[in-house]
Amino acid sequence: MKLGILINEGPYQHQASDTAYQFTKAALAKGHEIFRIFFYNDGVNNGSRLGVPPQDDRNVTKLWSELAAKHDLDLVVCIAAAQRRGILDEREAKRHGKDSSNLAPGFRISGLGQLIEAGIQADRLVVFGD
Amino acid sequence: MSTPMPSEPWEQPGKDPAVKKFMYVNRRAPYGTIYALESLEVVLIAAAFEQDVSLVFIDDGVYQLKKGQDTGEIGMKNFSPTFRALEGYDVEKLYVEKESLWTRGLTEDDLVVPVQVVSREELREFMDQQEVILSF
Repeated sequence: MKLGILINEGPYQHQASDTAYQFTKAALAKGHEIFRIFFYNDGVNNGSRLGVPPQDDRNVTKLWSELAAKHDLDLVVCIAAAQRRGILDEREAKRHGKDSSNLAPGFRISGLGQLIEAGIQADRLVVFGD
Repeated sequence: MSTPMPSEPWEQPGKDPAVKKFMYVNRRAPYGTIYALESLEVVLIAAAFEQDVSLVFIDDGVYQLKKGQDTGEIGMKNFSPTFRALEGYDVEKLYVEKESLWTRGLTEDDLVVPVQVVSREELREFMDQQEVILSF
């Protein structure tokens, strides 16, 4: 089955991203295709590479980056939600005159159309939120 | 060999695969969190994709449509007029759960746009027919 994933909550505050990660890993292990993983609302905070969680805890962003590299996943952060919350890639940082960017490896910033496309293209869109 | 019964809407023969039934479920009050506003932003973008879109308001989500919102004192933008613009985006199917209205002492007349008021049971059946449900 071709799956789309939507994550609407940020890391640590909420379990949504952890659950989505475990779900994605399990789906891939079963041979399902992940069409796209879209981050919206506070979910865009999963895409910040500047988080430094305690060493004895998981690093949610790093887990996503590693999974994306291993399985060639398309991790998309909503541009409108990201701009509000200060999640920027280099191009966006430059465009808005900010002194740094913070988007983690394996993530890309794009529009909400990517979410709708995932809804259309995937057999199921699975939402992880509150 | 007999053909298995189509069990899901997207398995029905003759259905245009490019058009899906999208439902946006709005469950939260308009200003305590950003969910309501960002849900509306998805709806506006999604309109360009010409899908079969419906909006549902349940629980505190019904307050999003309440007339006479004044956000001046909390320093946030009152986005309730945007619901009146949805018609221009061909988003015309707005459903409000009857039970959610009643328990909050509201009626259809309290809302900024014309809606269809449906019972929880009708809504359940309607949800069952959807292909993509986005809940905020």
